[in-house]
Amino acid sequence: MKSLPILILLVLSFQCVAGVEYKKFDDPEKEQAYGVLIEELRCLVCQNQTIADSNADLAKDLRRQVYEMLEKGQSRDEIVDFMIERYGDFVMYNPQFKAKTGVLWIAPFVFLLSGFILVWIISRKKIENNMEANEQQKQKKIKVKSLLDQGDQS
Amino acid sequence: MAIFLAMGLSLNPRDIPSPLIDKPAPEFSLPILATPEKVLSKADMAGKVWLLNVWASWCGSCRAEHPVFNELVKMNIVPIIGLNYKDEPWAAQKWLNQLGNPYQVSIIDREGRTGIDYGVYGVPETFVIDKKGLIRYKHIGVVRWNDVQQTLLPMIKQLNAEI
Repeated sequence: MKSLPILILLVLSFQCVAGVEYKKFDDPEKEQAYGVLIEELRCLVCQNQTIADSNADLAKDLRRQVYEMLEKGQSRDEIVDFMIERYGDFVMYNPQFKAKTGVLWIAPFVFLLSGFILVWIISRKKIENNMEANEQQKQKKIKVKSLLDQGDQS
Repeated sequence: MAIFLAMGLSLNPRDIPSPLIDKPAPEFSLPILATPEKVLSKADMAGKVWLLNVWASWCGSCRAEHPVFNELVKMNIVPIIGLNYKDEPWAAQKWLNQLGNPYQVSIIDREGRTGIDYGVYGVPETFVIDKKGLIRYKHIGVVRWNDVQQTLLPMIKQLNAEI
């Protein structure tokens, strides 16, 4: 009886991998490059999936394209260029760094830096205000003390 | 940051800008649906302004835009070539017999390879190609009569005037 849940899990787990077809490579290096590339390319029909994750027809075609180009001995860069030429920068999950995509890469750091600067300015102002308040407090205390001292004398 | 958000929200994520605009239309040489023993190549369309409409009989939205092309072709100002994308030729032929055939010819892209060259990711898609064979415009999704009047017709007129 114990083996039944295990059996069910086993059957289910095979269904999970059944979506993406297996491509046979003779060269393990190419196979590895294939695995990396299909994780980097976006399926444009189902936009938040890579072509490795997607069962869409287009994803299947693009996987075939990547496979054939690798088997022909083309490099990763050649394949990436091929895809960008046809589908644009959006096809890459991590778009290449260039003028058009620069904002995507730099903006987060700019926002982070401006946040730090803002915090610094605000906190400095607070410290200055505090110091000023302390100074006023001190002056008041001296005044009170001198008034009291004067009162004592009379 | 608010500006970026506003810009982002006003864009349609399905409209991915095509990097092919103003670039030479990719070469093809594909069998013609009605006469598969003959092929049509890009070179056959040189010197003309023409439309390339990517369609398939399995594509529901293609059915929706089809009457628009049937109308457009009656105006006799632009040849429309159909790229029958990943379809069964018999199903495609039946579809045209039923719904009318606005295409000068349809060419068969059985495996979707020409589709990849044209950056097709969702049918229907429509390309406007100029006399020199450059892609000048790409329409993603259903072409409505509104699009024909506001975008396609003025563009075809302008491109026809170019030498």
